[in-house]
Amino acid sequence: MSFRRIVFGAAGVAGAVALLEVVSRTGLVDASALPPATTVLGEAAKLAVDGKFLADVAATLQAWFGGLALAVLVAVPLGVLLGSVPLLGTAARALVELMRPIPSVALIPLAIILFADPTQMKMSLIFYACLWPILINTLYALRDVDPVAKDSLRSFGFGTPSVLWRVSLPSAAPFITTGVRIAASVALIVVVSTELLAGGINGVGIYLSSTQAGGGRTDLLLAGAVWAGVLGLLANLALLGLERVAFRWHSAKVEAIA
Amino acid sequence: MLQITGLTHSYGGDGLKVLDGLDLTVPDGQLVSIVGPSGCGKSTLLRCIAGLIQPTGGRLTLDGRPINGVPDDLAVVFQDYSRSLFPWLSVRDNVALPLRRRGKSRSERRAAAEEALESVGLHDAGRKYPWQLSGGMQQRVSIARALAYRPSLLLMDEPFGSVDAQTREDLEDLVLQVHRTEKMTILLVTHDIDESVYVGDRVVVLNRSPARVHADLPVGLPSVRDQIDTRGLPEFVQLRAEVGRLVRGGARVPGAAPVGAQPAGVAEAKGAGAKPAP
Ligand SMILES: Nc1ncnc2c1ncn2[C@@H]1O[C@H](COP(=O)(O)OP(=O)(O)OP(=O)(O)O)[C@@H](O)[C@H]1O
Ligand SMILES: [Mg+2]
Repeated sequence: MSFRRIVFGAAGVAGAVALLEVVSRTGLVDASALPPATTVLGEAAKLAVDGKFLADVAATLQAWFGGLALAVLVAVPLGVLLGSVPLLGTAARALVELMRPIPSVALIPLAIILFADPTQMKMSLIFYACLWPILINTLYALRDVDPVAKDSLRSFGFGTPSVLWRVSLPSAAPFITTGVRIAASVALIVVVSTELLAGGINGVGIYLSSTQAGGGRTDLLLAGAVWAGVLGLLANLALLGLERVAFRWHSAKVEAIA
Repeated sequence: MLQITGLTHSYGGDGLKVLDGLDLTVPDGQLVSIVGPSGCGKSTLLRCIAGLIQPTGGRLTLDGRPINGVPDDLAVVFQDYSRSLFPWLSVRDNVALPLRRRGKSRSERRAAAEEALESVGLHDAGRKYPWQLSGGMQQRVSIARALAYRPSLLLMDEPFGSVDAQTREDLEDLVLQVHRTEKMTILLVTHDIDESVYVGDRVVVLNRSPARVHADLPVGLPSVRDQIDTRGLPEFVQLRAEVGRLVRGGARVPGAAPVGAQPAGVAEAKGAGAKPAP
């Protein structure tokens, strides 16, 4: 990321904060419905040292990473299998396209019945939601591996497993990682909405609904939302960073073509 | 010995033949230049020999055994050299990777890779990545990869198309030298008629798709060749002219070239003056 982009990005954020501040302070919008930005950020700072809120964050992170990791462990091998055996891939395609559009949140009632433990329930819904983007990216990446690259290793006498390991997987890896990054952002939405809708003991979503108990504290609600956003941003940046560093060859090649 | 009889191939289901009854026999240790019009099926022929595609008809044998699957001890320099290199590996690792099949240690593989890169004039590119190199340099990396492997059968598909004239001559001489010292059988596809005569023990001309052997000319030049002297020899000039005519679809001029003992599958040549098959 260039210095220019950081400066402009920071300026954009500061501008939005200032605008919200003005809108609220001047009474253009009711301050209890939309508290001034500084108030929200102040509350957010307090939350960072609030043990109870940190336990909520930990519970959300646990379900988030657990569900995502499980989805990676299942979807990548499955995608590799479906992507490298054309017949299987074709047979599975219809099923995948049928299952994929079902929103995870629609399965919350089912998950409640199936899992007594709230962490398990959240993880299973995240797993479901993350499975598809990772599976589909893996499957298509495997099918799109350059045949010339595969043939060139094959021509030196390497067998199918070697070609898979040394050519297909490395060349699919950037696309698989992109799938994981998409899945991670989907997973955050799923975990927070599940917590909001299904309740439980700990979680950022639980915290958010607790702010609405009694009179309702919009500033606290927004402070929690800020942290949820920060979590999503960090996960995205971490995975983007991984893509940039580990798959430099990929971005460099794309730039060369563009 | 590579024996090809009646090789026929069509891609997909359209039944349009790319190769149609091609016959070719290559004794061990021969360097055969293959020329023919663009799109006539040269790359397809090499893919069949490499066992990368299953031809729809005909017989291919290597040392008497039918080719199903990739033969042992083979290396291919692909026409799409840049797609055949692995962008996630450094240039040196690209060259060293196939040597895993040779049971060499990591340090031996690296040393062999550096040596092969040196031989194609890329001594300081080993740590770079293929996408950081020019097209001509990438092409040399793919040649180095094939040479480092020391195959007994080497298939080269327009291996010098992207390099400058000087480097091209150096690479031609490198192939000739490797061919002499390692005694490998080499099939080299080229568009350059001069090159086909200069490097070849024999020039095979394919005709327009569906391809067959249109003419098969032994090159009666001294086996040690020199870029200046050899190209000045009257035999060279004569042979080059004849190959040129044959590629353009003309008939063979009788007696224009030295006629040696020719293997099977000679001259599907059409028209007047075509040399009758022995
Ligand atoms: N994978 C493929 N699927 C379908 N048709 C193909 C395929 N590869 C090649 N062809 C067709 O087969 C014919 C011969 O192709 P090939 O690449 O063997 O020609 P070539 O002699 O190597 O040409 P060039 O000199 O341009 O490299 C062409 O008409 C091409 O369109
Ligand atoms: Mg070709």
